[in-house]
Amino acid sequence: MAKKSDGYLSARESRRISKENRKITNAYEKQRKRKNVPESEYLTQMRDPNNAVEFDDLHTYFFTDNGVVHSVDGVTFEVPIGKTVGVVGESGCGKSVTSLSLMQLLQRPQGQIVQGAIRLNLGGKAYDVTKTPNEVMKDLRGNYVSMIFQEPMTALNPVFRIGEQLNEVIELHDKENKTEAQVKARTIELLKLVGIANSEGVYKMYPHELSGGMRQRVVIAMALACNPKIIIADEPTTALDVTIQAQILDLLRQLKSKLNSSIMFITHDLGVIAEMADYVVVMYAGRIVEKGTAEDIFLHPAHPYTIGLMASKPVVGKQVDELYSIPGKVPNPVNMPDYCYFRDRCEMCVEQCCGDYPHEISLSDTHKVSCYRYDGKGGTTNG
Amino acid sequence: MHKYIIKRLLYSLIIFFFVMLIIYVLLRCLPTSYLETVARQMSQRPGSKTYQEWLAQLEAQYGMDKGYLLGYLEWLKNFFTGNHGDSWFYTVPVIEKFHDTVWLSFVMGLIVLIFEIIIAIPLGIVAATKQYSFTDYTVTVVALAGISLPTFFFASLLKLVFSVKLGWFDLFGLVGRNYEQLSAWGQFLDKAHHLVLPIVTLVVLSIGSLMRYTRTNMLEVMNADYIRTARAKGLDEHTVIYKHAFRNTLIPLVTILGGSLPGLFSGALITETLYAIPGIGYTAYHAMVGGDIPFSMFYLAFIAILTLLGNLIADLLYAAVDPRVRLA
Repeated sequence: MAKKSDGYLSARESRRISKENRKITNAYEKQRKRKNVPESEYLTQMRDPNNAVEFDDLHTYFFTDNGVVHSVDGVTFEVPIGKTVGVVGESGCGKSVTSLSLMQLLQRPQGQIVQGAIRLNLGGKAYDVTKTPNEVMKDLRGNYVSMIFQEPMTALNPVFRIGEQLNEVIELHDKENKTEAQVKARTIELLKLVGIANSEGVYKMYPHELSGGMRQRVVIAMALACNPKIIIADEPTTALDVTIQAQILDLLRQLKSKLNSSIMFITHDLGVIAEMADYVVVMYAGRIVEKGTAEDIFLHPAHPYTIGLMASKPVVGKQVDELYSIPGKVPNPVNMPDYCYFRDRCEMCVEQCCGDYPHEISLSDTHKVSCYRYDGKGGTTNG
Repeated sequence: MHKYIIKRLLYSLIIFFFVMLIIYVLLRCLPTSYLETVARQMSQRPGSKTYQEWLAQLEAQYGMDKGYLLGYLEWLKNFFTGNHGDSWFYTVPVIEKFHDTVWLSFVMGLIVLIFEIIIAIPLGIVAATKQYSFTDYTVTVVALAGISLPTFFFASLLKLVFSVKLGWFDLFGLVGRNYEQLSAWGQFLDKAHHLVLPIVTLVVLSIGSLMRYTRTNMLEVMNADYIRTARAKGLDEHTVIYKHAFRNTLIPLVTILGGSLPGLFSGALITETLYAIPGIGYTAYHAMVGGDIPFSMFYLAFIAILTLLGNLIADLLYAAVDPRVRLA
């Protein structure tokens, strides 16, 4: 049945959708809640052992009462060991959902990974997160993969002391090896590591007694507690002012080199990405439009969307009356078109743009773009 | 902290003064006057004084010939010096009658409160964690039925099924026919047996609101960012719900439970009346209908004090469970 363009749904239709959704999500939930799943079901092989994470054709959908939202619709990229990968895109393009898929922290039961694989390299073993049951996943979370959330003001539990909240992670994943005193010592060490001077004092404080920057440091300390192999930083500096922002970024960079972890850095701040990232992935409406090294993206942007993004950021020393903004708006996520999602906003359309969604075209070994403008021009197709 | 409590107690004293003043004036204005009734009866005796003379004599005798304010101040003086007087309606000292009836209601109220907490809060949590599931809908429907049923209807229904049809319990009363012949243990069991239906009535009717309240708060907390942080740490669902989420749900719940302190002592008027249980609700109701000013004043003063204390306790508990709240 064709949906009306204004997004209006009758009560009956909405009921039918939610009933169908319930059936689908229940099946996924059941799958994930199983106990004693044999390891062979979720262990896998990395395509390249130098990668920490490989996202392979990831599809994450939200089954809402208004219809299925294709939040992440076929995302493929990898995070090499010891490198920082920046993920950029505007609000709602699926950056956060991609990272939450890796953590298995999607809003359940509506949000589900429906297709694809996320391979997680933990040295000896490689896990396919999409198939890993809850029981096993909880041992990976916070231990091997951890996440720095974007809302420092609300990400800490208001009723527990900072020390208690940090101890909890360490006790949870490293209980056998540490006495209570050692756990406390580790917590204090972590607080010092993230640049909190009065660590003994902060240990006994409640979150509301700290400033936003301090809380963000605590959240970072929490993420680093077990020396994770992969740190997901989901807009860790968005809520902070610029001076604190610079400090936090410095801190993350230092820690990365100290721990040799990989960082997946999510932001919509291109300046931050330029400073932090080795590789950049540009997402638009749930898909990757362009990816490459930081140099590829910043010096040779290829996709019209990336070019637009670059044009819309202020440049020091250049006088402009009005900043450039990309015309139009993102298509409705429930009802995505079957042609290039960016076509309606694009100023550089070519004839083929009326066809299917463009496949990925390699401009160089590292630089990939999904745009017809480069079809057959120097690149090899591998879609 | 001590300073805060003392300050609050002083405020409470002021509030108490005005609350009781209003109650005193209202009671004096009641259309049912015990003194008028007695005067009317006395004046109808052969060769007696007139109604007017009797009324004047009785009012002087009971201290009701003064104005409202003077009468109130005298009552206040007597109240604080521990002189509570005799009940007019029950013709025994107020304290004695109160003491005889309040404990029954208190025990009933306490049992009801305990059941309410151990049933409603876990149900609320389960309903919230399994939102929109079959369990959630079932719990919600049962809770709403509990909220919506009028006491008299539900009590009558219980009586019909368990007393009339099944014959498991007596229809009303606190003690059975052969109470006097029973041993002490037997007498206790007899009373307990008679309290089953009233307690069931009160529990079923009270769990609904607490359960809905728990569910709503739990749902709100479960969507908070710090719950996601807790999951990101790798905690299992049980710890996330019962440690991280529940501690936060407790904050609003404590306020409600602190407010239920006067409810423990005030008795359940309708239920006690329906089951003819001589509790404080039943007793106070009859005292008030009979125009018994000393008993009603004492009862209402007691409830007022408990309400004020309950509020203070709720605020103190609030500070205890929520570190963001500082008392000053």
